[in-house]
Amino acid sequence: MQSVRIGAAQAFYGDKLKPAMELAERGNVKYLCFDCLAELTLAILQKDRQRDPNLGYTRDVVPVMKALLPICVAKGIKLITNAGGINPRAAAAAVAKVARDLGLKVRIATVVGDDLLGRVAELRAQGSISSMSGSAESGEELSKLTFANAYLGAAPIYEALQQGADVVITGRTTDTAQYHAAAAHGLGWKLDDLNRAAQGVVLGHILECTAQATGGNFSGRWWEVDKLENIGYPLAEVYADGSFIVGKPDGTGGLVSVDTIREQLLYEIHDPKTFISPDVIIDMTTIKLEDAGPNKVRVSGASGRAAPPTLKVVGGYPNGYAGEGRMVYTWPDALPKARKTEELFRKLVAIEGIKALEIRAEYFGLNAIHEGNAQPPSGEPAEVVLRLAVRTESERDAAKIGRILPPLAIGGPPHMTGLSGVSGARQLMGVASFLVKRELVEAGVQVQMEEI
Amino acid sequence: MQTKKIQLRQFCMVRSGDKGNTVDISLFAPTREIYEVLKKQVSAERVAEFYACMASGPTTRYEVANVLAFKFIVEGALGGGAAGSLRSDNLGKAYGANLLRLEVDIDPALLKGVPNLCHPDSAAAIAA
Repeated sequence: MQSVRIGAAQAFYGDKLKPAMELAERGNVKYLCFDCLAELTLAILQKDRQRDPNLGYTRDVVPVMKALLPICVAKGIKLITNAGGINPRAAAAAVAKVARDLGLKVRIATVVGDDLLGRVAELRAQGSISSMSGSAESGEELSKLTFANAYLGAAPIYEALQQGADVVITGRTTDTAQYHAAAAHGLGWKLDDLNRAAQGVVLGHILECTAQATGGNFSGRWWEVDKLENIGYPLAEVYADGSFIVGKPDGTGGLVSVDTIREQLLYEIHDPKTFISPDVIIDMTTIKLEDAGPNKVRVSGASGRAAPPTLKVVGGYPNGYAGEGRMVYTWPDALPKARKTEELFRKLVAIEGIKALEIRAEYFGLNAIHEGNAQPPSGEPAEVVLRLAVRTESERDAAKIGRILPPLAIGGPPHMTGLSGVSGARQLMGVASFLVKRELVEAGVQVQMEEI
Repeated sequence: MQTKKIQLRQFCMVRSGDKGNTVDISLFAPTREIYEVLKKQVSAERVAEFYACMASGPTTRYEVANVLAFKFIVEGALGGGAAGSLRSDNLGKAYGANLLRLEVDIDPALLKGVPNLCHPDSAAAIAA
């Protein structure tokens, strides 16, 4: 049966480069996919663009392309990335420059049209926005948005590949769209072939977090996973019928097993019978995972039903500030010393006239993360790390928080050390998530091609 | 049939993540028989009660029998979520590990041949 091989090169802005190189050099892949955008990355990129209109993309795209383009061009490997962020055209220009400097001929496609920031007010006035449960519908939050981007699906990426692109640069798409588009392009699927689309999206979901499918963040017998320092990133051999086998390059560390794959399969999917993507809604409860040999797992059986009439849009808005710091108290009496410091801190916040909306004290070594469920250690701890964080309305108040902490070393309980993470005011973000009728977005989506 | 109270950490995998202020937990059984035990004893209500000290919202359970797993969606869990939260675990990556503290009444024979998921150093520390 006809098949095509697709590799997962990047899971987030700042991911390792070496495993992507290994996929290009030894993975025998036809496509490499890169996910650079977490939910709030666009907030940071928007700030970059405000400073400089030539920014707004994830900047590691330049060194990543410098490293990968030569070998990918030589081998005909297509690269699909959402590094475009809030400014895909600027990303394309940066990648074009890399290609020119390296003397490489490439076709770079840019996908635009996901950015809805300038249209939110108009769409809302028309009644074209509907709210998702538990998210912002209030005019106030929507009016403070610093970014608002629709999650596009596979169609524009597929289109770009059909037009002969070697590199496809998008802004916001679903992370799975790249993989689905690659499989569809490589195997000649129609995007509305729903069961194949379901498999394509599931493929993307398993691969998009790279190491999380190959033995990383693995809660089985993780200590037995081979050579995590050289963990291989996943690739999949996708077959014409939609089934695929997940593996990793030979000679790399890590593990591909039914356990590592099922752990990533269900990651953050919410309702397994209704996994919504722009191109298909998937029921994962019909999926079959099978051992297909050492470090190989076969995935088949995902069921697809008709795509939703809306696209999800996520935006962010400034929502207060925070200040914080942490310090260490040792035995003897580590916990009473830390508790006294918390008590002093709260009093000093009030004395400074800081309007604290929330004060959070975390005792690392005790119950910082698992809170009321944590088992207290028997006997006295050797040390306790105390983290103090405060939510404020004003930036001025948040900036004062960090300044309260250093004087406590000489003016508080004895033997404080390891004062760190003392921040100035940190901007907190709220997330507004809503739905828009898809035709209103898709009418503005364009694929722009440049030949270097 | 003799049963013993055994903590999930001995034989269950768990992974968690976030979506806004909601934590999304996947709990995995190693065998069909153990999946059935979890189905009876690790209900949405029990998980909600477990997390009541740190989460405000309702908890929903989904069954994913084809991969011997359950999903627990716990709302109001992350102090506002993502970049709006003061929590160190704002993304909920360590939230699910907490759930492995739960115990189930289980016939020890069902654990025969099932990989033990307690790190040897931790097992030694517990025994000491």
